[in-house]
Amino acid sequence: MTLTDKILVRRKAGVLPGFGLSLGFTLAYLGLLVLIPLSALVWKTASLGWGDFLRTVTDPRVIASFRLSFGAAFVGALLNAFFGLIVAWVLVRYQFPGKRFVDALVDLPFALPTAVAGIALTAVYAPNGWIGKLLAPLGIQVAFTPLGVIVALTFIGLPFVVRTLQPVLESFDPELEKAAVSLGASRWETLGRVVLPSLLPAWITGFSLAFARALGEYGSVVFISGNLPLKTEIAPLLIMTKLEQYDYAGATSIAVVMLSVSFLLLFAINLFQTRVGRHRPIQQ
Amino acid sequence: MTTSVRFGPDSPQAGAIRGLTEPSWVRAILIGTALLFLGLFLFVPLAVVFSSALAKGFGFYLTAIGEPAARAAIRLTLLTAFVSVLVNTAFGLAAAWALTRFKFRGKDLLLTLIDIPFTVSPVISGLIFVLLFGLQGLWGPWLSEHGLKVIFTPAAILLATLFVTFPFVARELIPLMQEQGSEEEEAALVLGASGWQIFWRVTVPNIKWGLLYGVILCNARAMGEFGAVSVVSGHIRGLTNTMPLHIEILYNEYQFEAAFAVASLLALLALVTLAAKSLIEIRTEKERVAPLESRTV
Repeated sequence: MTLTDKILVRRKAGVLPGFGLSLGFTLAYLGLLVLIPLSALVWKTASLGWGDFLRTVTDPRVIASFRLSFGAAFVGALLNAFFGLIVAWVLVRYQFPGKRFVDALVDLPFALPTAVAGIALTAVYAPNGWIGKLLAPLGIQVAFTPLGVIVALTFIGLPFVVRTLQPVLESFDPELEKAAVSLGASRWETLGRVVLPSLLPAWITGFSLAFARALGEYGSVVFISGNLPLKTEIAPLLIMTKLEQYDYAGATSIAVVMLSVSFLLLFAINLFQTRVGRHRPIQQ
Repeated sequence: MTTSVRFGPDSPQAGAIRGLTEPSWVRAILIGTALLFLGLFLFVPLAVVFSSALAKGFGFYLTAIGEPAARAAIRLTLLTAFVSVLVNTAFGLAAAWALTRFKFRGKDLLLTLIDIPFTVSPVISGLIFVLLFGLQGLWGPWLSEHGLKVIFTPAAILLATLFVTFPFVARELIPLMQEQGSEEEEAALVLGASGWQIFWRVTVPNIKWGLLYGVILCNARAMGEFGAVSVVSGHIRGLTNTMPLHIEILYNEYQFEAAFAVASLLALLALVTLAAKSLIEIRTEKERVAPLESRTV
């Protein structure tokens, strides 16, 4: 029996040591840190009556916060889908000075603490800020309005579309474009009928990831939004407010709605990806 | 490239002739739009952090980051991040070893469970610990009977940070170790190496860049986490304030320059993180191209 054969035989049995130790530690730590605390949420939810739950989540202030959270996250993700495509395209296909630097900086929203992003965006878009000053004469106020929430959520979701599209664009087979051109297609026909359709799955995935991330965002939004009840109050802030009033039941009710939506959304993304088949979701 | 049609980023002009890229004015508009978008959302806010931090001069800046409350916040942030990185790295290595070196039932479920903290909103990540340890929480009454406190102490901050940074290292290592396979480790075993010898001399050298990548991302998030920590901290100055929470307090007290001074430290950390990330990416790209003979078992 050669050495390779020996390895092949032993491999089936799982030869390497440390299975018990590594799996034991993994499961114990996962259980203690993630599963038990999350089950506290389930326990608290189960102890809520239906009446209480419905009263909380249909309260006008809560409904308004859901509308703002979902609406602003959706608009932010749309902005990212549009501009993210352009950014990814430019970074993969064109050369310009400082490209490497720009490429690295796309990940800034992942690396910059959300509180820092929050106060920085507020300072920039406040009526006396660098950009806010330019918009004020046009009658556009960004900070302390729902527009500010959209700005913060666009910032937070910015890397997702770019980073899901980039690898797909890089591995796109140039022969397909050449073929389209040699068959007489114009540049626009090639882009619209050959390139864009093949980007679609990654594009949708990037959009959904940006949307999911923006839904739960807290730190960058609370500074720029102004937090006016019924107007610029997001759902995570309302969870915070309820907790400060020791209304654990109310906080849990809102949290359960938010968490269910996030899980459903990510489940849908994963399902979509297994059906389309190629791309692993990137996570922050 | 063997074909006569040159194509791609190296030769946009050559491509343009054959209709394989956009006209130069379209390219200029697209590059302009991309830079404008990134400028409005990334560059300008980043620049504002540093310019506001230094708005009252360098002396004021040093005072702002040197005052006792700021120093206490920096200390707590560093300590929390250090412990979180250490524990979650140990977990990441163990999880990657178990998941990529052995076959067992329920693997997919385990992979999904490891990802959970990424899908939970920061505020909810804090909430679950309040529901466990808070006064009206599951174990709250028992804890207070025994004179123990978790919520509004540094312990709660550590728990919340551990939770939000839980998947980072595991997430980097699992696909990497899966791709590398276990041939080299098995060869070492056949040659008589012990388990720990295999781990330190074969596995760790092979995964070092991925490991570093995960550690850097984990550290950045641990130092910067705001929502989850904010829920469990109680904002006790000098005791349970991390840097992001300290920034919030200063900002709400209209001490903008001081808030931005502390924020600039975290922004610097973010820039260092991005630089390290790019360097690792360049390195691993090179290694993938480099011949395999240079890697010894």
